[in-house]
Amino acid sequence: MDLDLKELSEYITNGLGGDIQSTSIELDELVLTVPKDSIIKVMTYLRDDANCQFKQMMDICGVDYPERDPRFCVVYNMLSLKHNRRVRIKVWTNEDEPVPSVISLFSSANWFEREAWDMFGIYFSGHTDLRRLLSDYGFEGHPLRKDFPLTGYVEVRYDDEQKRIVYEPVKLTQDFRTFDFLSPWEGAAPLLPDNDQSGDSEDKGAS
Amino acid sequence: MAKSEIKNYNLNFGPQHPAAHGVLRMVLEMDGEVVDRADPHIGLLHRGTEKLIEHKTYVQAVPYFDRLDYVSPQNQEHAFTLATEKLLGIELPPRAKYLRVLFAEIGRILNHNFNICAFAMDIGAMTPMLWGFEEREILMEFCERVCGARLHMNYFRPGGVAYDMPDGLAEDIKVWADNYPTFLDDLETLLTENRIFKQRTVDIGGLTPEQAFDWGYSGPNLRAAGVPWDLRKSQPYDAYAEMDFDIPVGSHGDCYDRYLVRMHEMRESLKIIHQCLDNMPDGPCKVDNNKVSPPSRGNMKSSMESLIHHFKLFSEGFHVPAGETYTAVEAPKGEFAVFLISDGTNKPYRCKIRAPGYVHLQSAEFISKGHMLADVVANVGALDIVFGEIDR
Repeated sequence: MDLDLKELSEYITNGLGGDIQSTSIELDELVLTVPKDSIIKVMTYLRDDANCQFKQMMDICGVDYPERDPRFCVVYNMLSLKHNRRVRIKVWTNEDEPVPSVISLFSSANWFEREAWDMFGIYFSGHTDLRRLLSDYGFEGHPLRKDFPLTGYVEVRYDDEQKRIVYEPVKLTQDFRTFDFLSPWEGAAPLLPDNDQSGDSEDKGAS
Repeated sequence: MAKSEIKNYNLNFGPQHPAAHGVLRMVLEMDGEVVDRADPHIGLLHRGTEKLIEHKTYVQAVPYFDRLDYVSPQNQEHAFTLATEKLLGIELPPRAKYLRVLFAEIGRILNHNFNICAFAMDIGAMTPMLWGFEEREILMEFCERVCGARLHMNYFRPGGVAYDMPDGLAEDIKVWADNYPTFLDDLETLLTENRIFKQRTVDIGGLTPEQAFDWGYSGPNLRAAGVPWDLRKSQPYDAYAEMDFDIPVGSHGDCYDRYLVRMHEMRESLKIIHQCLDNMPDGPCKVDNNKVSPPSRGNMKSSMESLIHHFKLFSEGFHVPAGETYTAVEAPKGEFAVFLISDGTNKPYRCKIRAPGYVHLQSAEFISKGHMLADVVANVGALDIVFGEIDR
């Protein structure tokens, strides 16, 4: 029996009761917002329930919304081969609040969580090996945060006198050029999809 | 004689080793000749693609996708353009869809051809590489003829493709596609029943479908484990729904099955290429909407409106309605997806790139554990690892 997206969304909400904060369907994609404490329970249900069978964790990534509180969104994209269906789970968190790691459920979550830690500084509790993954050895900062400059803070070159690689503060020969294309009479702030606000935050997102 | 204890020792594999496929550094803990632990260190080719894309317009972001998996660039562009089009809500003309499918399949052959040859070279066979590159060169010439670039095509654009095919290209691709099976047969005589090749690959790095799900496998690696899953069939995009082709499936999930699956996929890709060329519809190759796709060069010289459109598109770019989408394509290496968040401006708010090689590489420890050192090389080769997309 294959449920359509709306039925599936109702089915999951019924099955999990209060563990789903909100559901929405946008562009034919099902999105569930979940409080971070129930993430393990929700994922286990989605993976093992006969009508869900989301056995593959395809992607986990962080998104940074500096003007919102909580600031970070962790987005899980899951795939069910059995039902040929995808689902997206969102969890909201702050810099100092860890999200439970889903490594125990999906081995593939390992590097995704390490990457989210590396790029955003989102902490995953229960992750056994939360080292930096993509950035340089000894790198400081979390580069995909919106307040991290595109150029970074340090640049690296080979010093012929010291015979080794040296790190120096970034010096730009030309200013970084960025243009503001937002038209003043269409609203000054960009419109973010606002249906993914977490339940406990008030309408703080730019709208 | 008393049994002596041998301590485990650490071995640095790469990042300069030719079999490391670029810049993979793997710290191996070896128990004699047997791998006890493998810790891949990645990120040596990290260029901050996702960050850069946040600062570029949608059209300017496309070339970054060429530089991810530089062995089959067009398939990456495909995912990004589909995601953008989904947010924009535009429907492509049929010819654009066919052209995309045609070149996506050329990309698949580019990739599999290169991977099989590089894999064979990793485990000691030199000749396939020499033969394979000749074919690869022909394919790259087709790419050059259609868009001017051999490798980094920047051919798929939001709203269609950059240019239509020049005269004579379709016929030349047809001739090549007729002859390519001969090359595949030759390649198979070198490898498929080769005793050394089989000794190095059969039962190396095998996994069950359940394990493959757990590790997030997709593409040929998942199919080699016996799961008939292909996004071109199950969630068809562009013109794939109209194509008739089969999905090869392995049974053991080991290196040898992965090789066989790729080999068969090339033959299936040829079928699709033939169908594309035979049924290629006439018409425009991009949407007739100058808010998204640029006007023709000729129009620009004579029409003021076209000139304005052209200027606006290449300075400001188009604004994409606020929204988000996770759009996946069946890239040669597996599921390549783009998670795109738009905030209504001309630049993506967030563009997460889900690269198949990244997911496959993290299982390197799992599938190499208990194997010999030399099998690590076979595993890395058969997983189809390209560092452009892993490090991003």
